[in-house]
Amino acid sequence: METREKYEVVIGLEVHAQLKTKSKIFAPDGTEFGNEQNTQISPITLGMPGVLPVLNKRVVDMAILTGLALDSTIPSRCKFDRKQYFYPDLPKGYQISQYDEPICVGGHLDIAGKRIGITRAHLEEDAGKLVHAGSNGISGSNYSLVDLNRAGTPLLEIVSEPDMRSSDEAKAYVEELRNILRYIGVCDGNLEEGSLRCDANISVMLKGATEFGTRAEIKNVNSFRSLQRAIEYEIERQIELVEEGERVVQETRLWDDNLGETRSMRGKEDAHDYRYFPEPDLMPLEISQEWIDTIKATMPELPAAKRARYMSLGLNEYDAGIIVEQMELALFFDKIIELGANVKTSINFLMGEIAAYLKDEKLGISETKLTPENLVELVNLIEKGTISNNIGKQIIFTMLKDGTNASQIVEKQGLSQISDEGALKEIVQKIVSSNPEQVNAYKSGKIQLFGFFVGQVMKESKGRANPKTVNELLKEMLD
Amino acid sequence: MITVKDVEHVAKLARLELSEEEKQKFTKQLGDILKYVEQMDEVDTTGVKPMAHAFDVVNVMREDEVVYEQTKEELMVNAPEEENGFFRVPKIG
Repeated sequence: METREKYEVVIGLEVHAQLKTKSKIFAPDGTEFGNEQNTQISPITLGMPGVLPVLNKRVVDMAILTGLALDSTIPSRCKFDRKQYFYPDLPKGYQISQYDEPICVGGHLDIAGKRIGITRAHLEEDAGKLVHAGSNGISGSNYSLVDLNRAGTPLLEIVSEPDMRSSDEAKAYVEELRNILRYIGVCDGNLEEGSLRCDANISVMLKGATEFGTRAEIKNVNSFRSLQRAIEYEIERQIELVEEGERVVQETRLWDDNLGETRSMRGKEDAHDYRYFPEPDLMPLEISQEWIDTIKATMPELPAAKRARYMSLGLNEYDAGIIVEQMELALFFDKIIELGANVKTSINFLMGEIAAYLKDEKLGISETKLTPENLVELVNLIEKGTISNNIGKQIIFTMLKDGTNASQIVEKQGLSQISDEGALKEIVQKIVSSNPEQVNAYKSGKIQLFGFFVGQVMKESKGRANPKTVNELLKEMLD
Repeated sequence: MITVKDVEHVAKLARLELSEEEKQKFTKQLGDILKYVEQMDEVDTTGVKPMAHAFDVVNVMREDEVVYEQTKEELMVNAPEEENGFFRVPKIG
């Protein structure tokens, strides 16, 4: 048996989601990403003496909505606490967070048939960014530069139960959580820009053991790929330690994406001692059932429900998953369904030509000129038999590029389908009489040649012939 | 009881460097403060819910609006050191 197979892997995730508010959680500064350094600051963000934080109501609304989407309990009362740590990314010398009374308690999220528990979700403020000058990396710098634009951006930290058993499950969990956050409109879910950040608690134990092994916390994972790589690396590292009779140390480790390894961030003697205490500058929150109900009424369709609905419309699980994974595309598809277009034909375009185009051009559907109305018109033209499916597949690219509608293209280029039997009979007759050899072969049993005749007719008609009529006519003439 | 070790630990967390004399002095001062506060342990708090505030006020919030009352320049005036619009701080060790 392979060493790896002797072990069970236990993974819990802490996901920090930046909430998509206009202003910060406790200060009225803006929260945009990528602005000039220190242009989104105020005396509150700078921790000037005497300033008072005031809670942003939108932040609370978003946290409640998220809690409801994750089936959490929203306690009727919660409060904020100070988490003390001294680091220049937060000038106050503490971070306002929630310690023992978080806004969301419990909950769960389902991934591919498995239920992952949510322990809690709490609100806190993000820290600023440090730029280490003078050298690359922290160790070689002579001094640091601080940009506090991000300090005070609202974060919802969502903590899972240690319910995941592989890096695949961890990835699936983050993907589904990201989907939910994006669909309910509380977070961009962009791992690269840091609007969604993920720390992984990982431990290993012998299969059948009842007690979890000592865990390490992995930070600095900023893509799905590095999440999986970091977890895989850490599993190997811990198993190797255990196999060699050594102990796993409980510590925070930093993932280095370039080196492909995790390394210890701080030793045990530097372990954090946050000395939490209730934040005296903020009054507690009391969340009434009425408030919760108001938020609940705004809940949009969640990804799991959307997938189920798509499947009930005839999509297979794979396609439904792919569409839901891309929110823009799903909203586009919803519009198409609403406009009453044939689902199967529409989805063939979305998953086929349109998906290929978006991939090649590295675009989102909203960055193209295609509107749901135009696609629906195209699908209807095919359904009515005005144009063939093949013609549709050709002109969709023009529609994506310049926004022309299908009927204009069809009319301008004379692409409408020839369904008129008389006209088609002429073409079919011509093909049959100019290919006597194939006709003989077909008649003597090489029936697979039927496709050849169809192809020739389509070619002759420049793709405009109605395939159904062509099939009927050919059968009539050859059989 | 507060020990010198506690004071050293707290000082380290706050990135403060204390002389031996200061450590002794603060150990005594912090000890005295805690002892003073300890008097409250004598109160019977059976059935009293822990509270974080003396005021019975909840849900103090503002709308999600962006407001700037100072310019970046005004806010950076107090920075001991500035470089290229950043706050410049000692090397993080």
